[in-house]
Amino acid sequence: MIVAAFKPGEPNTIAIVFFVLFVLLALGITWWAARRTRTTDQFYAAGHSITGFQNGLALSGDYMSAASFLGIAGLVALTGFDGLIYSIGFLVGWPIVLFLIAEPLRNLGRYTFADVVAYRLRQKPVRVATAFGTLSVVVFYLIAQMVGAGTLIHLIFGLPYAVSVVIVGAVMLTFLLLGGMIATTWVQIVKATLLIGGATVMAFLVLLKFDMNPLHLFQSASSQFGTSVLEPGSLVSNHWNALSLGLALMFGTAGLPHILMRFYTVPDRQAARTSVNWATFFIGFFYLLTFVLGFGAMALVGQAPIKAVDKGGNAAALLLAENVAGTPFFGFIAAVAFATILAVVAGLTLSGAAALSHDLWVNVVRDGEAPEHEQFRVARAATFLMGGLAIVLGIVLEGQNIAFMVGLAFAIAASANFPALLMSIYWRGYTTWGAVTSIVVGATSALVLISISPTVMVDVLNHDSAIIGLTNPALISMPLAFVSGILVSLLRPEPEAAARFAEAERRIHLGDTAPRPPASGLPARAR
Amino acid sequence: MSVTTDRASVSPRPAPDEADLGALELLAAKRLRVSLALTAAMLVVYFGFILLIAFAPGFLGKRITDGLSLGMALGVVVILATWAVTWTYVRWANRVYEPAIRELEGTP
Repeated sequence: MIVAAFKPGEPNTIAIVFFVLFVLLALGITWWAARRTRTTDQFYAAGHSITGFQNGLALSGDYMSAASFLGIAGLVALTGFDGLIYSIGFLVGWPIVLFLIAEPLRNLGRYTFADVVAYRLRQKPVRVATAFGTLSVVVFYLIAQMVGAGTLIHLIFGLPYAVSVVIVGAVMLTFLLLGGMIATTWVQIVKATLLIGGATVMAFLVLLKFDMNPLHLFQSASSQFGTSVLEPGSLVSNHWNALSLGLALMFGTAGLPHILMRFYTVPDRQAARTSVNWATFFIGFFYLLTFVLGFGAMALVGQAPIKAVDKGGNAAALLLAENVAGTPFFGFIAAVAFATILAVVAGLTLSGAAALSHDLWVNVVRDGEAPEHEQFRVARAATFLMGGLAIVLGIVLEGQNIAFMVGLAFAIAASANFPALLMSIYWRGYTTWGAVTSIVVGATSALVLISISPTVMVDVLNHDSAIIGLTNPALISMPLAFVSGILVSLLRPEPEAAARFAEAERRIHLGDTAPRPPASGLPARAR
Repeated sequence: MSVTTDRASVSPRPAPDEADLGALELLAAKRLRVSLALTAAMLVVYFGFILLIAFAPGFLGKRITDGLSLGMALGVVVILATWAVTWTYVRWANRVYEPAIRELEGTP
């Protein structure tokens, strides 16, 4: 029935050809972008030159990681309806980003979301806390991507795991260091176009085999693997876990540093709005396709052959590509999967580097007074550091069970970054120490709760049971962050911060071109 | 209205034009109301879906027609609803919010 040419772990010529083509394209983009990357503004924010539509595609590219492409298709193929719960969960955070965060973020900030949280608060304590929140999210997300990359490339191209990780890291660092955010953005755009295009063609080819009727596809799947594949199953057997995961997915998106950073690449608030509108459309469309791709892999490839290659189901989309259109299409989809990982890793690395250089170096160490040439140099040094860290973590953690890390990254984003961002934008009474408390409490409680949960104690450390039953910490850690931040702000009010609320509000709505009151006696901001 | 005007008049800093600030605060409050209402709508739709999965899996397992369960149909509805609330906000912002902002800026 399947697997004619795809032999896991052995080099596949067509996949390698597409892979090399993509790398060459990325390097071409880099060559073009390098000549446009001469300042820190261009390096971190693409000179604010990206249009709303382009940024919508790039946001989709940043967001649709290999986990959502290969992972969800595999999950649907192996569990049916339960996998769809993830498809939907990963989409619903986007309206929240649009309604509450995107436009104020664009108008108040410069390179990082810390710019917004620190806008009317004291720079140093807030920047240190937000860097902690950012780096926690970025590191766990990066580990998940790098380990996934090593495994995937080994599977597709037959390269040794460590070599795969180094190749991903080296290609990513090349275009990041030379082309910065401009190169990253265009790599994201190319990748998103390839991914959505490839998935659309594959879904079309699947439906062709079922008279273009999805119902016939679902019928075929349920007649082969039981009607239970169309019903809620064991994946969400615990109510509290379902709620907690839902919270993390819904509010985590609005706290992901690499997503938030993308809003600085557009020229104004309208473009920020347009870009989320497009991103929501593209991502929603893609996740609708996963219904067809997942059940298509289940019905056409079968669950046993998918599990035989990778028990987590990550090979489902690849096997399906080969099933419906042969080896060339398999090679194309494999290269798209690689492009996906490369692009997401680049976005993450750049946002981590911005936290290191813009938040910690420029605004904490140098009091916001660093000259432009120094900022530019430090930005690239920080990028090199983050990229190196990604490679090392990828190699060290080979073979580890890292499936929980994306969920953890979303939980920290929802617990540490989102509450601080929301309260700093909308609550006049939010204070410096309130912000620091909510970030630290949110991040550490998420970390502690997950390390005593079944996710780590049972699945990773192989204990028989865990101290708590909750598999995702957001249900506890996110309210904790809000409550602690509010309490500290109420107990120790900060009149200076409250007095600047009106100015911040003015800037949120009128942008930074509007005349502003004199900024005397305010903490220095990076110029 | 009166509350906002009061707040503007007791503003600690030398406001360039206090009437402007009042209008801006009104608009800011209006935008927040729209944002929160749509956020609430999204929460109801998504957590309604999640709660059904958690507490009424049997109900979601019911067949609408051969090959389609109620849960899968509702899943598609959630995605469509996500598009709908997004589109609603963008439409509101472009038709109501942006003209109001341009008026505040005093530019055509």
